[in-house]
Amino acid sequence: MKAFTVHEGIAAPMDRANVDTDLIIPKQFLKSIKRSGFGPNLFDELRYLDEGQPGQDCSGRPLNQDFPLNFPRYQGASILLARENFGCGSSREHAPWALEDYGFRCIIAPSFADIFYNNCFKNGVLPIVLSEEQVEQLFAEMYAQEGYALTVDLQEQKVLTPSGEVMPFQVDAFRRQCLLQGLDDIGLTLQRADAIRAYEEKWRQQSPWLFGAIK
Amino acid sequence: MAGQTLYDKLWHSHLVEQREDGSALIYIDRQLIHEVTSPQAFEGLRLAGRAPWRRDANLAVPDHNVPTERRERAGGVAAIEDPVSRLQVQTLDENCDEFELVKFDINDVRQGIVHVVGPEQGATLPGMTVVCGDSHTSTHGALGALAHGIGTSEVEHALATQTLIQQKMKNMLVRVDGKLQAGVSAKDVALAIIGKIGTAGGTGYAIEFGGQVVRDMSMEGRMTLCNMSIEAGARMGMVAVDDTTLEYVQGRPYAPQGEMWERAVSAWRNLHSDDDAQFDAVVTLQGEDIKPQVTWGTSPEMVLPVDGVLPDPAEIEDATQKAAVTRALEYMGLEAGSSISAIRPDRVFIGSCTNSRIEDLRAAAEVVRGHRVASSIKQALVVPGSGEVKKQAESEGLDKVFIEAGMEWREPGCSMCLAMNADKLGAGEHCASTSNRNFEGRQGFGGRTHLVSPAMAAAAAVAGHFVDVRNWEGAGQ
Repeated sequence: MKAFTVHEGIAAPMDRANVDTDLIIPKQFLKSIKRSGFGPNLFDELRYLDEGQPGQDCSGRPLNQDFPLNFPRYQGASILLARENFGCGSSREHAPWALEDYGFRCIIAPSFADIFYNNCFKNGVLPIVLSEEQVEQLFAEMYAQEGYALTVDLQEQKVLTPSGEVMPFQVDAFRRQCLLQGLDDIGLTLQRADAIRAYEEKWRQQSPWLFGAIK
Repeated sequence: MAGQTLYDKLWHSHLVEQREDGSALIYIDRQLIHEVTSPQAFEGLRLAGRAPWRRDANLAVPDHNVPTERRERAGGVAAIEDPVSRLQVQTLDENCDEFELVKFDINDVRQGIVHVVGPEQGATLPGMTVVCGDSHTSTHGALGALAHGIGTSEVEHALATQTLIQQKMKNMLVRVDGKLQAGVSAKDVALAIIGKIGTAGGTGYAIEFGGQVVRDMSMEGRMTLCNMSIEAGARMGMVAVDDTTLEYVQGRPYAPQGEMWERAVSAWRNLHSDDDAQFDAVVTLQGEDIKPQVTWGTSPEMVLPVDGVLPDPAEIEDATQKAAVTRALEYMGLEAGSSISAIRPDRVFIGSCTNSRIEDLRAAAEVVRGHRVASSIKQALVVPGSGEVKKQAESEGLDKVFIEAGMEWREPGCSMCLAMNADKLGAGEHCASTSNRNFEGRQGFGGRTHLVSPAMAAAAAVAGHFVDVRNWEGAGQ
C-alpha cells in the first residue's frame, strides 16, 4: 500500500448527499478479478451518457459534459470534496479501488459510511471528516477559484487551504500509523500469531461446536 | 457496573486483544465467501505465499453472477453465457480447490444466496462472529451472532489470520412494541425504521432489534430486519437468542448435535442484553402504526406508507435535502405530490437476500393465488434464495401458483437485486422489488426501483399499480 504523509492536490466536487458505492462503481465492473483498472469507470453512470461495459475502451465514449469531473478545471484532481454519508451501501472495495485508480488520494466529507471509510485506509486513500460548515466553506472556495488546491498533512492531522487557513481533523491512531507508513495489516497481525493461537485454544475449549463442522 | 448489551457480550467473547490505540483484534468464527469480492483476496494470499489460517472456518458459494434461467443454469459453470461472469465463478471454484475450502457448486441443492445459505445450513450459529465480503452479512445477526460486511482486504485478512482489526461500535436499541397489523411484514418494519432514522442513522452503531414485534417474528422475519441494518447505516444488526432461534437452528446440517447441542444451548441462552444494559441510543416504534411501505426515490430513506403522497421540493428548506429530492423525483420520473398508488411497475422482482426465504414466497403466493399478473407488467420474476428454498416451495406447490399467475419461477441466486447476471431493468422501467437498495442504476442502467415486501410486490403485480395489501381479499397472516 502507498504511504500517505503530506499530499497537495486540486480539489473536485461530488456535490450530493448519500453517494452510494453503486454510484461510485456500478456492478458490471465488479466482475473483474483484478484490483486495478477501475479508474476509467469511476462514477460511470454520471460521467458518460451511455451504459458502460466491463473491458471496454472508455476513450471513445460520449461524456456527460454536465458532470464536474469532466470539466477542464478539475482535470488532475486528487482530492474529492463530498457531502454527508459518502460511500453508503454495498461493501465493495472496488469503490476505493476506483477512486484511487482515478487519482484520488483524499476524500473530505462531513460523514462517511462505516464500511467504505474502513476500506479507504486499506488502499492508501485518506477519508477526512470535517464539520458541515467547514465542508461548505471548502465547496464555496473551490467553486469560486479555478485550480483550487488543498494540502493535506496526515502527520499533523490538518487540512491547509490556499489562504493559509488550517482545519485540524481527527483520525484514529492505528489507522493513521498504518497509512503514514504504508503498512500491510496482515503482516502486522501475524506478528501477534501467538496471541491468536492462545485465544483460539481457549475458545475451542469453551465452544467446541464452532470448530471442525465444515470440512 | 451496568450490564452488558448483546453486542458487548459478543465483542468481549471474541476479543483477542485490546490495544492502547483503541483498535482491537477480534477473532472470526465464520467467513462466508462468494465470487465477487474474493478473487483479489485469494490473489493476495498467493502473492504473499500465505495459507488460510483455519480452513474449516470458511464456506464458499457462488451467487451474485449465476444465471437464474433453467436452460442456461443446467449446463453448470461452463454454460454461463457472459464470459466475464463465467470467469469469476470459475475463479471461485479454482481458488477454493487450490486453498482447500468447502464450496457449494452452482447446481448443488445447497447453493443459493450466501445469506440464505449460511443460516439454512447451520453454518452460521448463535454466538459466532460472521464476516463476508458483502454488506448484507448483517442478516446473520438474526441468530444472535455478531455479523457484518467487510471489504476485500479484510476478506484476505480474515483468511490469513482468522481475525480482524476492529474498533468497538456504539450500542443502539431499536425497539418495536405492540403488534403488527395483518398484511404488514418485517420488510415494512425495516423500511419504517429507515424512514425514521435515515440511511445514516445507524452509522457508528451496532443495532439490536427488540420489542414484542421482534420477539413475535419468525427467524425469516428477523433475517429480513437484520439484513437491512446496513440500509440504516449500521454494519450490524442483531436479535437476542430465544426459543424461536433455537428451534430454527436445531437439526440444521452444520449445527451441533446431541450432547454438543445441549452445551451450545446453555451458552446461547446467555445471548441477550442484560436487563440493566445501557444503550447509547434508543429508537422506538409502535407496531400498530406501521403500514405497508413503498420507496419512491433513490435512497431507502425515501420511503412512504402505501397511502402516502410524494414530497414537494418547494416545501423543503434544507438545500442538500431539497437537491436530493429534486434529483430523485427526476431520476424516478415521478411528480411531486402524486400518490404512491399511482405508480405502475413495469416489472416485479421477488427475491434477494432480504426476501427470498420460504416464508416470503408463501406470503407472495398467498396474494397471487387464483389471480393473473396485470397485462401492463412486462415480467414478474420469482427467484428463490437457495436450492433448498426452491425444493421446499415446490413441495408446497408454490411454483405452480406463481406460474399459473403468469410469473417466472427461476433458479436461486442474487438475480435482479443487483443485476450482475442477465436479470435486469431497462432504462426508465419501474420495478416493484423485494430487494434492499433503490439506488440509481442498481437493478439496471436507468432502472427505477421501488422497495416493498413480498406481499406488496405480489399485489402490485396483479393490480398493475401499488395497492394496500391490507385490503387484499384473503390477505392476512
